[in-house]
Amino acid sequence: MKSSALFVLAAVILFGFVSVAGAAEPYKVGAVFAVTGPASWLGEPEKNTVKMIEEEINANGGINGRPLEIIVEDTVGEEAKTVLAVKKLITREKVCAIVGPSRSGTTMAVVPIAERYKVPLISCAAAEAIIKPVKKWVFKTPQSDADAVRRIYEKCQEMKIDKIAIMSGTTGFGKAGRDQLKKLAAEYGMTIVADETYGPKDTDMTAQLTKIKATKAQAIVNWSIVPAQTTVIKNRSQLGIKIPLFQSHGFGNVKYARTAGAAADGVMCPAGRLLAVDTLPDDNPQKALLAKYKKDYETKFKADASTFGGHAFDAIMLVVEALKAVGDDKAKIRDYIENKKGFVGTGGIFNFSATDHVGLDKTAFEMLMVKDGNFVVAK
Amino acid sequence: MTLSSQIVQFLFTGITIGSIYAMVGLGFNIIYNSTGIINFAQGEFVMLGGMVMVWLTTMVNLPMPLAFILTVAIVTVIGALFERLAIYPLKKPSVLILIIITLAGSIIFKGSAMLIWGKETHTLPHISGEEPIEFMGATILPQTLWIIAVLAVIVTLLAVFFNFTMVGKAMRACSVNPTAASLVGINVRRIVLLSFALSAGIGAVAGIVFTPMVLMEYDRGAMLALKGFCAAVLGGLGNGVGAVVAGLLIGILESFGAGFISSGYKDGIALLILLIVLIIKPSGLFGVSEASKLKEF
Repeated sequence: MKSSALFVLAAVILFGFVSVAGAAEPYKVGAVFAVTGPASWLGEPEKNTVKMIEEEINANGGINGRPLEIIVEDTVGEEAKTVLAVKKLITREKVCAIVGPSRSGTTMAVVPIAERYKVPLISCAAAEAIIKPVKKWVFKTPQSDADAVRRIYEKCQEMKIDKIAIMSGTTGFGKAGRDQLKKLAAEYGMTIVADETYGPKDTDMTAQLTKIKATKAQAIVNWSIVPAQTTVIKNRSQLGIKIPLFQSHGFGNVKYARTAGAAADGVMCPAGRLLAVDTLPDDNPQKALLAKYKKDYETKFKADASTFGGHAFDAIMLVVEALKAVGDDKAKIRDYIENKKGFVGTGGIFNFSATDHVGLDKTAFEMLMVKDGNFVVAK
Repeated sequence: MTLSSQIVQFLFTGITIGSIYAMVGLGFNIIYNSTGIINFAQGEFVMLGGMVMVWLTTMVNLPMPLAFILTVAIVTVIGALFERLAIYPLKKPSVLILIIITLAGSIIFKGSAMLIWGKETHTLPHISGEEPIEFMGATILPQTLWIIAVLAVIVTLLAVFFNFTMVGKAMRACSVNPTAASLVGINVRRIVLLSFALSAGIGAVAGIVFTPMVLMEYDRGAMLALKGFCAAVLGGLGNGVGAVVAGLLIGILESFGAGFISSGYKDGIALLILLIVLIIKPSGLFGVSEASKLKEF
């Protein structure tokens, strides 16, 4: 009796060992997105995208024979929660890299942590301050707000506009955009005749727009996140303001244009090519990738693909390529990404270097215009 | 744009946003009067009104008037159920416990709305089109006129209800002294139920008329509740007329503040006025200081 119990025990232990050895240890990657809260329109497509990629990679046998495990934490878009989530991922889950956070403010809050624990962080937020000055362990995939501003100013020059009114939300994204708009104005010969701000949850911007209407502005540039962007469009048409309206690259989801209805016609925004993939020429190096991502996402989630999910796609694919090449050593992943050249992503073709941790320039943007509830390339 | 037409425009804007603060403030007051608590789920009733209306008109495809009645009915029932399931079963309701319960309720409503209708922003068609009406160089949307009209109707109906009906008078009696009210045969628990239903209904109406103007999403409630709360406090907690006047005042101050001082300090200006008034007259613009001393909260 005693010996048989011993036998069973031995068998259990042995079996346990075998099964551990059989299922390879997964590669653990952390993801911190604002899945709920005011920036959930960013976090939701980002989470969906990384989960979709995790599934796809594991269905095809994983990376180097090891499965990929992506641990998603919800930041609710708040700095304090993001800090906690990132610390948890690093110390408890021992992830080898982190993608996210979704917002510029939350990213800036966790930059010191990534630096201290020496974990590669690939942010999905746009503000240029994230990678300028260069932080050793921090990268980002969205095009920089400075490049978006350059595209808008170039378009203004083309349209013979030199007096602009700017509006911005009082969020990290809005503030960073406002700084760039003011900084680059002189370089492009723009005079800012009005500089208005509003809270991200404000329900009415007619007061700000009335002020702008009284100035000599020839165009309005608005820098904020939804739903404020839609409100600006609607209020502008209510006040009968006819001058062109530019939105930031934060406008990158066709749903926002549709919510504003007919009032959105003619609104322009610089955006990644994902939104206008159908109008791209066939020889564009990004076209095949964009079309596949858009189709996969839209069939799986029954929702429009947005550039924000695309930022998460680029971030996670960078990590996946690094894992394939160098395994899950944090320092090696960092070095691999820093030296990555010609990486085709949804946001553009990335060329990273020791002095450039975004790897994109203004050519990654296309100037899009809303027409009948869809985005077309602005002529 | 000339200065005078700018002023008119700021006034229009202020009245539009002020009306919603007023309606939310009214909802706060009704519940405060019967229970002595601040219902933190008040903003969520407005959000639910907008969302249910969007759902009934765009997804179920009901005609507007029918959807309007159904929405108000549904949200009223939600308000009543909330009272029956969360407030009523309490053996010893203290103000603090009740307030925390309403806070929990607001989180539940918000979370459920997110799961049911998703996180995106929803909109509704305007009742009579989106063609702006010109007035002295300023523009106003027909929807704003609807909003003002709805606010006026609500205020009138509430005035009639509280002054000329038995139930309304019973509610006022409860607000003055619940113990004395129950001694003269008023069922205080039923009045509490009624107050939750009533303020949910008003919230729903506010949500329906405002969604076309300001759009609606699942987490709009908190901000609306904050501004509505300011209106209720500024006007004197429990004072219906006070909430309406204070709501409009906050809206107009915000809009003029944004227009003439700085849009960045817009909320700051409104809150500063609130602070000044509360320091000088803690019972609010229309509150009676003797009455507010008798209240627990």
